[in-house]
Amino acid sequence: MLSIAGYTFRSRLMVGTGKYRSNEEMVAAIEASGAEVVTVAVRRVSLDREDAGGILHHLPPSRFTLLSNTAGCYSADEAIRYARLAREAGFNDLVKLEVIGDRETLLPDTAGLLEATQVLAKEGFKVLAYTNDDLITALRLEDAGAVAVMPLASPIGSGLGLLNPYFIRTIKSRLSVPIIVDAGVGTASDACLVMEQGVDGILMNTALAEARDPVRMATAMKLAVEAGRDAYLAGRMPRREVAVPSSPEQGMLG
Amino acid sequence: MMVVVNGDPRTLLRSSSAAEMLAELGLDPRAVVVELNRTIIRRATLAETPIAEGDVVEIVHFVGGG
Repeated sequence: MLSIAGYTFRSRLMVGTGKYRSNEEMVAAIEASGAEVVTVAVRRVSLDREDAGGILHHLPPSRFTLLSNTAGCYSADEAIRYARLAREAGFNDLVKLEVIGDRETLLPDTAGLLEATQVLAKEGFKVLAYTNDDLITALRLEDAGAVAVMPLASPIGSGLGLLNPYFIRTIKSRLSVPIIVDAGVGTASDACLVMEQGVDGILMNTALAEARDPVRMATAMKLAVEAGRDAYLAGRMPRREVAVPSSPEQGMLG
Repeated sequence: MMVVVNGDPRTLLRSSSAAEMLAELGLDPRAVVVELNRTIIRRATLAETPIAEGDVVEIVHFVGGG
C-alpha cells in the first residue's frame, strides 16, 4: 500500500491525463494502468466552445483521486494562485506543485518551489513537490512541509528514462516522506528500473499518451511497476566481475 | 456592462452577480471556479457576489495534464 498524507492507494503508478488522442483512449489507458491517482491541470474555460465541462466528465472523482498540478507556472506566486483555484474546485487538498524555471528543459525553479511549498503547506495543502534529482532540494522540501517529493527521472516529456539511479536512491534513503519519481519514463523497462531503486511510486503521462497503443503500454507499465517493486523487495544478487557457474562442478565425467 | 473575462473584453447584458454571469455565459457553476479581481469566489457565495463595470474575471476548470 502506498500512503501519502493519510490517503492510501493500492497502485504505485500514478498517471497524467494530457496529450491523449481522445478522451476515450485516455480513460481506457487509465483503467488498464490500474492507477488510482490521476493528475489534471487548471486552465481557463473556453467561452466559445460547447465543451466547457472540462475533463471531470470523463474522470469521476468517486473513482479517482484527482491530483491537480501547477504545470506551466514560472513563479511561486503563480503556482500558489493555481493551487488555490484547484482547491476551490472542491475535491481535495492535494496539489502536485510545479514551479518551472526554464522553458527549454522544464527543470524546476527550486527556490520558487521551496517558497511555494512553505506557503501552501501553511495553508493546509498536501504538497507533492515536483523537483530535480538533487538531494539537498529534496531535504529542504521535506522540511518545508511537502507530504511527498517527486524527483524527475529525466526532463518532462523527454522519455529519456532514469538518468541518475544513484541520486534517486540517495534521495529515497535520506527522506522520510514518500518519493514518487515523476517525469522522464519512456517505456516499461524505465519504470521497472525506477521502482528497483526502492522509491514509493511513479507518475507518468507522455509514455502512455504518446505510445502507439496507449492501452497496451498502460498494461506494460502496470506490470513493470509491480515487477520493479517486487524485485526491490526481493533484494537483488550481488554484481560480480567474474562468472560463477550455476551447475555443480563435481560429478563431471572422467 | 463591460468586464474582462479570461483576458477578453465582454459585455454582460443581464448579470449583476457572479452566479448570473455564469448563467449568461452558459457555464455550470459546479464545473468551474471563478476568480474576481484576483480573489477566488467561493461557490456558495457566487449568488451574492456583485459584478461591476471593469471587473477582471477568470473562470477556470480542470483539463488534461501531467
